[in-house]
Amino acid sequence: MALANKKRTGGERLTVILFLSPWLIGLAAFTLYPVVSSLWFSLTQYNVIKAPKFLGLGNYVALVHDKTYLTSLWNSLFMVVFGVTITTAVTILVSIILNNRKIKGLSVFRVIFFIPTLVPVVIVAILWVWILQPQSGLINSVLGIFGITGPGWIASPAWAKPSFILIMLWGAGGSIIIYLAGLQDIPEALYESAVLEGANFAQKTVYITLPMLTPVILYNVITAIIGVLQWFAEPFIITSGGPDNATLFYGLYLYQNAFQFFKMGYASAMAWVMIVIVLALIFTLFRLTKKYGNSE
Amino acid sequence: MARTETNDKTTRLDAIGARGRLADRLEQVVLYAILVVLALCYVVPFLWLLSNSLKTPSELFTHPVKWLPATPQWVNFRNTFTTFPFMLYLKNTMIVVVVNIIGSVISNTLVAYGFSRLEWKNRDRVFVVVIITMILPFQVVMIPLFILFQKLHWIGTFLPLTVTCFFGNAFFIFLFRQFFMGIPMELSQAAKIDGASEFTIYSRIILPLATPVIATVVIFAFIRTWSDFIGPLIFLSNDKLYTLALGAQQIMTAYDPKWELLMALGVAMTVPVLVLFFLVQKYFIQGIAMSGIKG
Repeated sequence: MALANKKRTGGERLTVILFLSPWLIGLAAFTLYPVVSSLWFSLTQYNVIKAPKFLGLGNYVALVHDKTYLTSLWNSLFMVVFGVTITTAVTILVSIILNNRKIKGLSVFRVIFFIPTLVPVVIVAILWVWILQPQSGLINSVLGIFGITGPGWIASPAWAKPSFILIMLWGAGGSIIIYLAGLQDIPEALYESAVLEGANFAQKTVYITLPMLTPVILYNVITAIIGVLQWFAEPFIITSGGPDNATLFYGLYLYQNAFQFFKMGYASAMAWVMIVIVLALIFTLFRLTKKYGNSE
Repeated sequence: MARTETNDKTTRLDAIGARGRLADRLEQVVLYAILVVLALCYVVPFLWLLSNSLKTPSELFTHPVKWLPATPQWVNFRNTFTTFPFMLYLKNTMIVVVVNIIGSVISNTLVAYGFSRLEWKNRDRVFVVVIITMILPFQVVMIPLFILFQKLHWIGTFLPLTVTCFFGNAFFIFLFRQFFMGIPMELSQAAKIDGASEFTIYSRIILPLATPVIATVVIFAFIRTWSDFIGPLIFLSNDKLYTLALGAQQIMTAYDPKWELLMALGVAMTVPVLVLFFLVQKYFIQGIAMSGIKG
């Protein structure tokens, strides 16, 4: 009996392993192995042709002295601070408005805000070149109707980063969908009792909606931060980092080091610093929101 | 006395009610105004792309701007197909897309079955590992993968863009698992009593029931692969293998980027994605929403 039982569990274990095997192999070959070797490469000088040469922490020390690296770090942190904040504020605002019972056409608006995320990145880039074009671009032409001379956008070092914030906003419809789902999970009873106590819209938002939504906000903000630090395709295609390195973002400079200068070790060190930054930001966000919301 | 008080109260309430209704109307108008303006900002770029795709080259560069082409240049679309190696890039894209769809459905349904329909110790803890891999930046694994694929002589072939999809994708595993958990376990138990193996239950019972979620993943995988830019950029060094996304970028950075044709290409690459999205819109949006709520 005991033997039969053991045999059965052995068979069951094999079944589990067989079903999981695609993921297990993928985890080992395409996640764990690259992560470990990336850490090793980050400690070496490696140009793909010659074997890696051990440098210790040399790459990390070099990063601190690399002015271009520091520019790229600053550019991406600018996008984290301003881009993510503005995007979060706008998407939450839109979601709260859409969630209002008095607003009809929720599903139509939801689709309108979402479809830009479906446009292939290359087409997003082509499209935005023509929206931001200083002379015959869409935005400056619209501003021209009101007699405003628009800025040079991607052609101007001062306006290049704000241009990318606009692109970011246009592609932020996914978080509106996630916020709406989060808003629908907030019990109606909370609002009803607040109304009885005479709370207005602003009070309801600050004391009920935002605290209840904190876990969802946290998820969206973290995803956005990771996305911004990795951001590559649009800046690579639209500006290649220019003008004057104003849009040389972290992910773009990392790519250049790896695949244009073939400094694989250096680029790997950049990737690991990126992980540390992401983890530090996530940790800080969790600490900050613990006091405010009721996130688990 | 008492009566006057009640009267007073009702008139006051009426006044509040009227003011409240007015405020309600006003609020509604303001909210709609904000929404409509924002929605326009999201829609107009599409119309701009469409309008530009129908302009002549000189109309594109006129200042002040021409909002609409004088005569729509439908010929731009035909020229897109003939000027670029469009058909070659389309064929390449479809090869990668189809293999990715097949790989994603097979591998992720199997894995999700293991995480939802089979009982084993620490199952839900191990599943957390699946979720964690989702936040790993691609930049970390990109370099070692490139070197690995180079050693395997896969660079300049479709293999780097196709093989990996057979080994699980965290987001798809998550979507399938969520769906499989909602299927009553009694179905499996009944089948087991009849002597069915887990694989039979998977292929004969669970997969047929999972058609909506499979359709969603098929379209997710289609859109992802169709639009993928960094993968082809890094792994396809051979221009005979370029996908549409990479080909478009190469044309754009070329000496004379024929912008009006690129715009037409943009329309041609976006329309199929939108059509597919509208086919499974409901499940698609549920999938996105779920990733934030339960993830």
